[in-house]
Amino acid sequence: MTTTTTSRTAIAATGLRKSYDDQLVLDGIDLHVTEGSVFALLGPNGAGKTTTVHILATLISADGGDLRVAGHDVAADPDAVRTAIGVTGQFSAVDNLLTGEENLLLMADLQHLDRAEGRRRAAELLDHFDLVDAASKPAVTYSGGMRRRLDLAMTLVGRPRVIFLDEPTTGLDPRSRRTMWRIIRDLVADGVTIFLTTQYLEEADELADRIALLDQGRIVAEGTSEELKRRVPGGHVTFRFTDPRSLESAAGLLDDALRDDSALTLQVSSDGSLRSLKSLLDRIDDASIEVDELSVHTPDLDDVFLALTGHATEYEKEPVR
Amino acid sequence: MSTRTYAARDSMTMLRRNLKHQLRYPTVTFFVIGIPVVFLLLFVYAFGGTLGAGLGGSGLDIPTGDRSDYVNYVAPGILLLGVAGGAQGTAISIAMDMTEGIIARFRTMAIFRPSVLVGHVVGSVIQSTVALSVVVGVALLVGFRPNATALEWVATAAVLTMTAVALTWLSAALGLVSKSVESASNLPMPLMLLPFLGSGFVPTDSMPEALRWFADHQPFTPIIETVRGLLTGTEIGSSAIQAVAWCVGIAAVGYVWATRLFNRERVS
Repeated sequence: MTTTTTSRTAIAATGLRKSYDDQLVLDGIDLHVTEGSVFALLGPNGAGKTTTVHILATLISADGGDLRVAGHDVAADPDAVRTAIGVTGQFSAVDNLLTGEENLLLMADLQHLDRAEGRRRAAELLDHFDLVDAASKPAVTYSGGMRRRLDLAMTLVGRPRVIFLDEPTTGLDPRSRRTMWRIIRDLVADGVTIFLTTQYLEEADELADRIALLDQGRIVAEGTSEELKRRVPGGHVTFRFTDPRSLESAAGLLDDALRDDSALTLQVSSDGSLRSLKSLLDRIDDASIEVDELSVHTPDLDDVFLALTGHATEYEKEPVR
Repeated sequence: MSTRTYAARDSMTMLRRNLKHQLRYPTVTFFVIGIPVVFLLLFVYAFGGTLGAGLGGSGLDIPTGDRSDYVNYVAPGILLLGVAGGAQGTAISIAMDMTEGIIARFRTMAIFRPSVLVGHVVGSVIQSTVALSVVVGVALLVGFRPNATALEWVATAAVLTMTAVALTWLSAALGLVSKSVESASNLPMPLMLLPFLGSGFVPTDSMPEALRWFADHQPFTPIIETVRGLLTGTEIGSSAIQAVAWCVGIAAVGYVWATRLFNRERVS
């Protein structure tokens, strides 16, 4: 993808391993995130997404592997990493007893901004995140979407170069989720690097330049959304017919098709390109078979996930650790 | 650049945060002020007559005891009970704070890490100071008649503050080691009992031998005797030096234990 010589590495991990007791959580992960890009770590619950974020964000230590964030070694110089990063976790990291503004000023103080600069930054963020009206209300009274916005605003007070967002939209309503996406896009426009975890394929597809699929502590695939989709033969065309007779003749014509007699449908593999579609339609048309409905399915990340992990993204229930 | 550079600034920031919490969530403050006041009134008015009469035969400098003698005897013990109660409040506040996501955020920031705890401890000591001032005020209203000079009052304040700092650090560790807010409120309970099992409420002479040995050798007794000596002129002797030694020791253990617990990795 990016082959320009100016692109630099924001996050690099080689052979990242972590286990709790005898349970292996991360089994040798390699990550490479270019500065100014959005990287999504996609996977089901329990895949190790949050553990990865916690390790890269200096919250917990790795058992093995070479990790660099914003040019600093995570194990050797965690404080240097901390000055460069911002983290918005899965669970709200706001002080509930303080007001929205006080929360931001608290961050400004801890980022060691001077008083005037801190106030200016807080006012700016309140405005940008549409929290001006709620600025003097305690955070405990905030709605889920407001709380998540305040949370992210607090992360941004110190103008971090690398931002970790651990499932930033989990539990948000669709509207708040769209707002969050817009905010994330704005951040990228400013040149910030974003490391995002999500269980939503759609979210990774929408936001990320590169996506890594994490499953049971291993990266099972990595690439752009397009690259990943190309790796799986999930594309097909579905014909629906008006009567069993048409279905019968079409099935005779297309011998590798998947046939469903009760729904009167026939599913044919296809890469979705115009040329293959045309040849397919020509064959049906030449035989004068009447088609009731036609739909083209291009592979989405769900197909990718299923193909690469052997299980779907509808996750089995796991015992809570 | 080391985060130590910001030790003082970060600690002040955290102190401001905790003082705001105390004002917005005054339950702990009410409890810290209320407990010693209730015990003071209970011991002076419910038990004070009988216990005061018992003071006479205890070898103390009191010929015949009555309720007014007992007020003077028990006030230092109540003050220490107040200090212990304030420390217990810290364990609860810290355990509550640890359940908040913002603590994880602090851990990902380049700040002086112990500042989170320093903020709690200093905030709690300030809270205890307010509580003790109220207790002294109430004690004076119900007949406490100290004969301390201004200097002795200052020394009393110093001893109580020193004790509060020591017990609060210990209690901070107890709050961190607790798995839940409930256990954090129970774990420091022995601290509240120690003034009773020392010279706080009755002279240790009146206790059975084994208990008396314990009472004479536990930290609260020399501290209470020092405060009592400063306020009412009883003999202090070696109590002062013992009190200082205990406080330094408890504070050191509490600080090291608490910061170590705070730095340990949590999976949450």
